[in-house]
Amino acid sequence: MSARTPRLLAMAAVAALALATTACAEDATNGNTGPGGSDGTIKSGLKIAFLPKQVNNPYFTTSDNGGKAAVEEFKGVYSETGPSEASPSAQVSYINTLSQQKTDVIVVSANDKDAICGALNEARQSGAKVVTFDSDTKPSCRDLFINQATAEGIAKIQIKLISEAIGPDGGDIAILSATANATNQNAWIEMMKTELAKPEFAKLKLVDTVYGDDQDQKSFTETQALLAKHPNLKGIISPTTVGVAAAARYLSGSTYKGKVQLTGLGTPNQMRAFVKDGTVKAFALWNPADLGYLAAYAGGALASGIITGKEGEKFKAGKLGEFTVGKDATVLLGDPFTFNASNIEQFNF
Amino acid sequence: MVKGLRSWDAIVLLALVVVAIVGALTIDGVASPRFWRFVTLEAIPIALIALPMTLVIITGEIDLSVASVLGLTCTVMGQLWVSGVTSLPALIAICLLLGAALGAVNGLFITGFGLPSLAVTIGTLALYRGLAYVVLGDRAVSDYPQTWTTAAIKPIPGTTIPWVILVVAALAVVFAVVLHAMPIGRGLYAMGNNPEAARFAGVNVRLTKFWLFVASGAMSALAGVFWTLRFASARADNGTGIELAVVAAVLLGGVSIFGGRGALLGVLAAVALLGVLRNGLQLAYVPANTLTVITGLLLIASVVGPNVVGMLRRTLERNRI
Repeated sequence: MSARTPRLLAMAAVAALALATTACAEDATNGNTGPGGSDGTIKSGLKIAFLPKQVNNPYFTTSDNGGKAAVEEFKGVYSETGPSEASPSAQVSYINTLSQQKTDVIVVSANDKDAICGALNEARQSGAKVVTFDSDTKPSCRDLFINQATAEGIAKIQIKLISEAIGPDGGDIAILSATANATNQNAWIEMMKTELAKPEFAKLKLVDTVYGDDQDQKSFTETQALLAKHPNLKGIISPTTVGVAAAARYLSGSTYKGKVQLTGLGTPNQMRAFVKDGTVKAFALWNPADLGYLAAYAGGALASGIITGKEGEKFKAGKLGEFTVGKDATVLLGDPFTFNASNIEQFNF
Repeated sequence: MVKGLRSWDAIVLLALVVVAIVGALTIDGVASPRFWRFVTLEAIPIALIALPMTLVIITGEIDLSVASVLGLTCTVMGQLWVSGVTSLPALIAICLLLGAALGAVNGLFITGFGLPSLAVTIGTLALYRGLAYVVLGDRAVSDYPQTWTTAAIKPIPGTTIPWVILVVAALAVVFAVVLHAMPIGRGLYAMGNNPEAARFAGVNVRLTKFWLFVASGAMSALAGVFWTLRFASARADNGTGIELAVVAAVLLGGVSIFGGRGALLGVLAAVALLGVLRNGLQLAYVPANTLTVITGLLLIASVVGPNVVGMLRRTLERNRI
């Protein structure tokens, strides 16, 4: 018995110590910031932290650097922190940390729309403003969501780009989508059909929609099959990053290169080679740097009391101009961004 | 056996106290009750799984499937809730039974067919995670009643510490009594040191190990229930990778990876130490990449450390003689 009792006693002591340390009073209130606020300018000295889905991800590095530029413009204190793996529980731990560091604004891309809610609301109770970007949480857990693009905006740019690439004569086009039941893809495809019904696109005819399931191999072979099935095909739209890259790879190695046009939603790093070799003239996506920039300004405006997240409120976001808060406390970045040979070198994500 | 605290337990305990005090003095926020609330919330699932893991590793085995058991339990709990099982006690009971069954599968392969636990549980690590994706796919179930989710993280009145820590403490006492105060505990050490000798001493090695894996599964499932309610989200990827955090804590706590050596006190201190260190460094603006490096170094130190300490002690004892 003598060997065991002290160990159990020590264990009880550890537990007691832990409880004692924590029973003391709550910590002091937010030490606060510089002048500004009521006159519509963003306060200086705001602590603005970017919390991406994961660090070491080029997309988020680009968006967070956009945020950094904005924070420096309004003389805030920028930081970027986050987990090395994209998991909600790891993100919760970072939200808790940011809240303890008395961060004024947390700009977060959510790994799970529900799992980080409790932590975000706890941070908001202790005075932080929460702005989501790229990937939203439930609306009740954040002050604002910065929406990168609307379904309508995406559909319009896709039709415009394919029409420009094919030229005034028009012809048959097809869509290479992700999975057949992907909600966002189907919404975009419906919008594209509406767009195609307009008189200016009368010469474009949508002949087929195929599904590459967002798998590289399947998208590649579906492209191949599509071209075999429709010899008169003039263009392909693939509004998914996996699909458009696979289709570009097939086209660039085939006799169809330059004859069948391709556009879609893609990332510059995946598409760079195909823009350079002429397979793709232009493709679209939002500009993540602008997304981060706008999110930072929105956070600054919230923390300075310029806006509260109500529909119709307006705020200025530096070089991007004025924005208006829309329904459900969302702010729309704007039309998707077009990448082509003239600007693709400026992007790395 | 040494009297009182083993030297490594003492070192880990001391390290915990030192890190807590130094942290409180140098890092803004560590001294606040909120910090300890967050550390406790994070430590609870790790501690729950570390309890049986300590016993498993002491017998010379390992269970790497724990995080996948947690993930699979979460998804089954989510699916049951969606399908209309609305009684929390029933959900918890089903989850614990499921966890025990998953642990029993491990135990059966290991003790029944005599396969190495490392190989078997690497297999079930993949298998159970795969099944979790079969159950929920990429969906997340999150519409649990708010009373449940707030109950899971409710503090003990008058403190900021979640009450669930009391459940962990009670279970820790149970595991500590089994390991340190019952004959079967001595049997566990014997199995780790020399299974043959243990068998001759009348310990039913196979049956004992089987039940240890069942316990490991059930405790992982309990951690899964807590995880689901704490994050209000059942997802197939819940808890991915925490088996490594658990094993790291158990080894840092002074349990020998070769079996036969270690104590629960050191393990619990190590769980707390890793939690305080990680959260403290995070508060001190140490980036995630550096944190990963530090955790890695600590894990190596935890394997090397107790061996070096043991070696030193043996040398000292020899010299004294």
